[in-house]
Amino acid sequence: MKIKQISVFLENKKGRLWKALNTLAENGINIRALSIADTSEFGILRLIVPEPRQAEKILTENNFVVKIKEVVAVELADHPGGLSSILKILNDSDINLEYLYAFVHEKKDKAILLLRTDDLDLLIKVLKESKITLVPAEEVYNL
Amino acid sequence: MIWNEKAECMSRDEMEELQLRRLQDVVKKAFNNVPYYNQKFSAMGLSPEDIQTLEDIKKLPFTTKDDLREVYPFGMFAVPRKEIIEVHTSSGTTGKPVVSGYTREDIELWSEVMARGLTMMGITEDDIIQNTHGYGLFTGGFGVHYGAQKIGATVIPISTGQTRRQIEIMKDFGTTVMIFTPSYGLYLSEVAQEEGLSSEDTDLKAIGFGAEMWTAQMRKEIEKRFGVQAFNIYGLTEIMGPGVAIECNQQSGLHICEDHFYPEIINPQTTESLGADKTGELVLTTLSRVGMPIIRFRTKDITALRYEPCDCGRNMVKMDRITGRSDDMLKVRGVAVFPSQIEKALLKIDGLQPHYQIIVTRPHLLDEIEVKVETSQELFSDEVKEMVSIKKKIESYIENEIGLRVTVTLVEPKSLPRSEGKAVRVIDQRNIH
Repeated sequence: MKIKQISVFLENKKGRLWKALNTLAENGINIRALSIADTSEFGILRLIVPEPRQAEKILTENNFVVKIKEVVAVELADHPGGLSSILKILNDSDINLEYLYAFVHEKKDKAILLLRTDDLDLLIKVLKESKITLVPAEEVYNL
Repeated sequence: MIWNEKAECMSRDEMEELQLRRLQDVVKKAFNNVPYYNQKFSAMGLSPEDIQTLEDIKKLPFTTKDDLREVYPFGMFAVPRKEIIEVHTSSGTTGKPVVSGYTREDIELWSEVMARGLTMMGITEDDIIQNTHGYGLFTGGFGVHYGAQKIGATVIPISTGQTRRQIEIMKDFGTTVMIFTPSYGLYLSEVAQEEGLSSEDTDLKAIGFGAEMWTAQMRKEIEKRFGVQAFNIYGLTEIMGPGVAIECNQQSGLHICEDHFYPEIINPQTTESLGADKTGELVLTTLSRVGMPIIRFRTKDITALRYEPCDCGRNMVKMDRITGRSDDMLKVRGVAVFPSQIEKALLKIDGLQPHYQIIVTRPHLLDEIEVKVETSQELFSDEVKEMVSIKKKIESYIENEIGLRVTVTLVEPKSLPRSEGKAVRVIDQRNIH
């Protein structure tokens, strides 16, 4: 149920995001989902790719600092209120999100939400109890 | 006016005779009373009798800041500790500071040389001196204070900071002399302007500055803003404090009180002695200090000695304004900072690579330090708040080490330049050399 996400440190400097993405492109790695957290000085690029280990190796070889983190993916209806209903569940269960990002699942006309919390097992348990559909890792990697 | 005409206008022959007599005396005292020098001289097969001419000083070993640090705290004292009535320490140095001890005679000597300097700047007992140098272990505050008291001027021991109050006091007390570091002086003048105080509203007649490197343009700017002449004060804790050399009204170099501090210039790489008018590292020997005689101290300051007679009437040798350092020390906001201190702070943090770059700027009159540090796998977190706290942690470690606030920027691994041999650790963009 846990999805391996790649986090990359980026200096807030012209061309750094391009360099990271280009490194992956040149090695034939396709990006499934992407999000960037940025501050005035640095950014953290978060990626979902089909082969996280390989992407990690390639980026590290190219002098990027990379960490693999696990996130949870859930499926939700692509209409108003879809996201807030999930957040309400987390709120009611007192779960604090570190971050989240979403994208649209083209094949299914559904939205996929990626969630990161300190305690992923607890998150999975709460989501399951609330009958939320979790998306298996393989499916996310091969969207 | 000349404070001590006999000493300051002495002929070269008389001066050299006096210097030799005092050198022989100080070498004897160092040999007999300071175990460090006794061992060092003995190991070189030297005895005080080997000093027969001033030239013989070249036989003596150099003393470095590291040597002084090794005998921390009181190992350089040549008298029993109870005869030391005051101590100071060098600022912002790596590890242990250098302790400087003064007997009653030494404090008197310090007052004397500083009194000469203030007199060179045209200051008399009629003046009111606002001393913005810090009072404390730093020698700046007390050195100026002793000199001011010696000449009988009124001294306002205000120390650094409280800038608006400084300006209020300057106006209300009718300050005639300001003592500050060049960068603090520029800052003060800005605030004065904001407060609507122009140079015509003050009673200022002179400025004394030191403790920092500065350029001719900076002096010009300070003189313009305050409407008076600014004079350079040179000194170092290891030797005494401010007053070792001060500029006269000619503003063309600093007169060294060479009857008390014997100057030499060496090539910093080969340590070979260089003659007059040659630029190199200044080496100083204390000739009359009782509590802590220092033989051939390598100041690391780059200058040249000028022996031509000065139009002010003094015969004491002049040294050029310091134009650089022979080591990698930086003076930032008046505080000595070595890149090695920053490295030491970085090494205390797990997972940090000792790859860093120090960038010193003066964006708005005051110096700023930015330290670029390479992130590593261990250090990197995928959460922004974690990364910000790591950055803050590094900043506080560095501040603990150097005593100055810095801004840390995390950069990608291997993004800082590596060079063969000595890495380019410091980028000084202040244009002060």
